[in-house]
Amino acid sequence: MKKDGDTMKQKLIAENVDVFYGEKQAINNISLGINENTITALIGPSGCGKSTFLRCLNRMNDVIDTCKISGKILMDNTDIYGTEVDPVELRAKVGMVFQKPNPFPKSIFENIAYGPRIHGLASNNSELKDIVLSSLEKAGLIDEVKDRLDDQATGLSGGQQQRICIARAIAVSPEVILMDEPCSALDPIATAKIEELMNELSQSYTIVIVTHSMQQAARVSKKTAFFHLGDLIEYNDTDKIFTQPENEKTQDYITGRFG
Amino acid sequence: MDINRKNFTRSRKRVETRLKFYGLTSICFSLLMLATLLISIGLNGYTALQQAYFKISIPVDASEFTSEDGNILKNKINLYDWDGTVNRSFNKLFPEVKSRDDRKKLFSIISSNSGYDFKEIVKKRSLDKGKTVLTVWLSLSDDADQYLKGRLSKDIPEKDRRISNQEIKWVDSLVERKIAQLKFNKTFFTAADSREPESAGILGAVVGSALTLTITILFALPLAVMASIYLEYFAKPGKVTDFIEVNINNLAAVPSIVFGLLGLSVFLSTFGLPRSAPLVGGLVLGLMTLPTIIIATRASIRSIPPSIREAALGLGASKMQAAMHHVLPLATPGILTGTIIGMAQALGETAPLLMIGMVAFIIDVPSSFTSSATAMPVQIFMWSDSAERAFYERSSLAILFLVGFLIIMNLIAVVLRKKFEKRW
Repeated sequence: MKKDGDTMKQKLIAENVDVFYGEKQAINNISLGINENTITALIGPSGCGKSTFLRCLNRMNDVIDTCKISGKILMDNTDIYGTEVDPVELRAKVGMVFQKPNPFPKSIFENIAYGPRIHGLASNNSELKDIVLSSLEKAGLIDEVKDRLDDQATGLSGGQQQRICIARAIAVSPEVILMDEPCSALDPIATAKIEELMNELSQSYTIVIVTHSMQQAARVSKKTAFFHLGDLIEYNDTDKIFTQPENEKTQDYITGRFG
Repeated sequence: MDINRKNFTRSRKRVETRLKFYGLTSICFSLLMLATLLISIGLNGYTALQQAYFKISIPVDASEFTSEDGNILKNKINLYDWDGTVNRSFNKLFPEVKSRDDRKKLFSIISSNSGYDFKEIVKKRSLDKGKTVLTVWLSLSDDADQYLKGRLSKDIPEKDRRISNQEIKWVDSLVERKIAQLKFNKTFFTAADSREPESAGILGAVVGSALTLTITILFALPLAVMASIYLEYFAKPGKVTDFIEVNINNLAAVPSIVFGLLGLSVFLSTFGLPRSAPLVGGLVLGLMTLPTIIIATRASIRSIPPSIREAALGLGASKMQAAMHHVLPLATPGILTGTIIGMAQALGETAPLLMIGMVAFIIDVPSSFTSSATAMPVQIFMWSDSAERAFYERSSLAILFLVGFLIIMNLIAVVLRKKFEKRW
């Protein structure tokens, strides 16, 4: 259904983004556009700035005091670093799933319901319950947990916990979901489930995923960006990147010669 | 080579055994010291659980202080000659004592508060109209009490003794007639301070301490938690924040008497708050425990995995929401432990209370945050300063009480910790 990436609408556009941690520059002048309702993978060796870039997209870097960002990141043609944008509102539109499953040490229901609650998305309890159930359904978890919504989320398996985190992100109806190595703490079976889920979600959400696994990037993403030492080396359709990379460094990395 | 290796291993083991032994010795030593302390205080104090009482029958004419319909008239009951009534009846037990001087000596073996105590008993009983004879147990004087407990030996020369041979004879005679004996010292648990050991109790100080600590916790805990959240999540790192941080740590090391002086000049002189009141004591102790709680709270906030906070922020929670909804509930056990440690420190604190007048002699159990009160450690300080031997055992018992309270507080800390602890 998505034939040509270049003609698609771009949901997020980064223009000349630099990020500094104190004196140290983590990202050098990166510009890249992320297509709507597509999975975009960010790959590269550790410390290449891909997670930093991801965290710029929902302003999670604001939390770090020493972090300074310059350049523009446009979401639907609004600069998300503009003065009129509230990072709290932005994060409701740009959800995030972290490397390690981090459900709140509360019940499954409370985990999913927290987001809708703070954003006032449900006017009463039955609406809230509907949101929780539909989020769990979209995250493919409903059959596994529907009888134990009051159990502690931390008691679930790692893969289930990660899907709880995805359901939790979905529950606030975001437009973009950022995933920071979502499968690095999971076994292959749980990983397969999450990848399948990502595929389904990409129908209605723009997904950006940071991954260390080249196979994962190749399996799930439509477009791939290769980062190295804070530079964007190559950004293209995933098929192209993995079959005929233009840059030698990309070639070396995907064939496992470094990184 | 092999032999060297063997020697090396052996000497390593020796060092290990030796260090283990040092550790064990240290623990044994501190336990021994603690046990010695508690046992010696216990041996001094346990006798205060009992008090010497004598049994006496006293005639009362109720019509003199009750109205027609049987109600007690306040002004009349206070005018009634209670001391005389008790003394006359007591004199009847020793009819041979007639001269004014001898009678004075005789009455010195019973509590000088006997008349008051008897009045209080009469108030509680519903009396028949007209004359009745009441049989009651009243306190002996503290010297007679100490003699009966074997703390004043007959072997000491009479002139060095607080109780004379004649008085001992009278007390012995009461015991022989089975109308004097040691009974449970209820007064100690129901009364406030008194000049007479037999009428003195710890309740006033316990209530005073409780009122003071209530103010302390209400004042210090919210301030400390808010300050900690601000410092952890909102304060921009820089010179000002560093300065505040250093000063919080400094504040924790300031001698407590300085806080007393602060309370004296700020709360009493500037704000004109009442002297000797739990309100002021609580505020002063609150200022003193503030750094302790802030340090504990910050440590326990930091110990919460940042991933929890990131999860909340990632969902679009504000910084304050992330802190209040997720970090604080998880940090509660640590905060509580810090708070209770701070409270225990405050409970045992004497010096700052001296400065704001909580060292006063107060005979009523305090009834509000602004009434005059004293606190447990101050009460112990005052009693241990008194000349009467009976106060000595009472201060020991009060110390056990204080230690008991501290143990209870620590137990509460452990229980709360266990209850709120969550695993993830």
